[in-house]
Amino acid sequence: MNADDIKVCILRVGGTNCDAETKRAFTELGAQAEVIQISDMIKLRNLLDYNILVLPGGFSYGDYVRSGVIFARHLSAQLGKEIQSFVDEGRPILGICNGFQILVEYGLLPSLDGVSEYAQAALTTNEPSGFKCKWVYLKQENHGKCAFTTAIPTGKTIQLPIAHGEGRLLFPKEKEDAILERLIDEDMIVLRYCNNNGEVAEGKYPANPNGSFYDIAGICNKEGNIFGLMPHPERAMYWWQLPNWTSTNQKFQYGDGKLIFQSIINTLTKKSSR
Amino acid sequence: MKYAAKIEVSLRPGHRNPEGETTTRSLVELGYKVTAVEVSKVYTVFFEAATPMEANAKAEEMSKRLLANPTKDNYTISIVEQK
Repeated sequence: MNADDIKVCILRVGGTNCDAETKRAFTELGAQAEVIQISDMIKLRNLLDYNILVLPGGFSYGDYVRSGVIFARHLSAQLGKEIQSFVDEGRPILGICNGFQILVEYGLLPSLDGVSEYAQAALTTNEPSGFKCKWVYLKQENHGKCAFTTAIPTGKTIQLPIAHGEGRLLFPKEKEDAILERLIDEDMIVLRYCNNNGEVAEGKYPANPNGSFYDIAGICNKEGNIFGLMPHPERAMYWWQLPNWTSTNQKFQYGDGKLIFQSIINTLTKKSSR
Repeated sequence: MKYAAKIEVSLRPGHRNPEGETTTRSLVELGYKVTAVEVSKVYTVFFEAATPMEANAKAEEMSKRLLANPTKDNYTISIVEQK
């Protein structure tokens, strides 16, 4: 499979607002990306015509009830079979910001024992509270499981922006230690908040901007094909999106966000050429 | 029979409730000796069921599947028969 054979489905509903940038990022790398309204997908039921499913950022259905839960339940009620086949076939799913919240509410992440019926975690109110819109440093801690970070060496620090009020990843208090052990053992931790020297935040603000457990900014499932992250790689695709672009003299063309999109393109193109 | 299920969803202890904290500050500013405000959501759901027990079971399912996230929320259900 070549990059231009890869079909990306970017699924949107009312309140989604990062679909256009996400499409542009995939298109820039040669893939065929389409933004599809969920009502059209429910009519056509052709999810399995696509190689990658993306749940983009935004405030789906106004974040009513809880961020991401209405979209998650709409998906499971209307396209549950297609989603299950997509997952069973190991096709990649990416959830960015609100997309990550949707994956968690659906039970697709962390899905420690397969897709769960109820959410096993929560992306809840930031600590300290408030909507945070800023650039953060992230340490790539995955050892090769995650299909979306293969182009980022383990231990490397990258910079991406966040924009959320509910990004604090928590697990049920009584199960926290056991879940962390499994996340580490199964190589499901992908991105952790850190400082500009690459030292993990250890829960301290502002390096950890939302109080997320174990400084987690992004996790994948056990198989590595489902990845959710709170930061926005599509907002760090080009040099002119970076916070310091006026002083860079345009020495590079892309930002670190490109690495996330490039990773999955690489994974799919390598996979099919084996 | 027609029933109304009042499902109250509140945060589990230890979770931040910025709305409650802000409301507390405002009430203190107005001169009340308020120490804390807890904010919860109440969903009143109208539906049909054969018995109160079945209505309760349905409301329980609705809470688990949509209205509450067990990691951060507690919920209570009260069922009222409708005329």
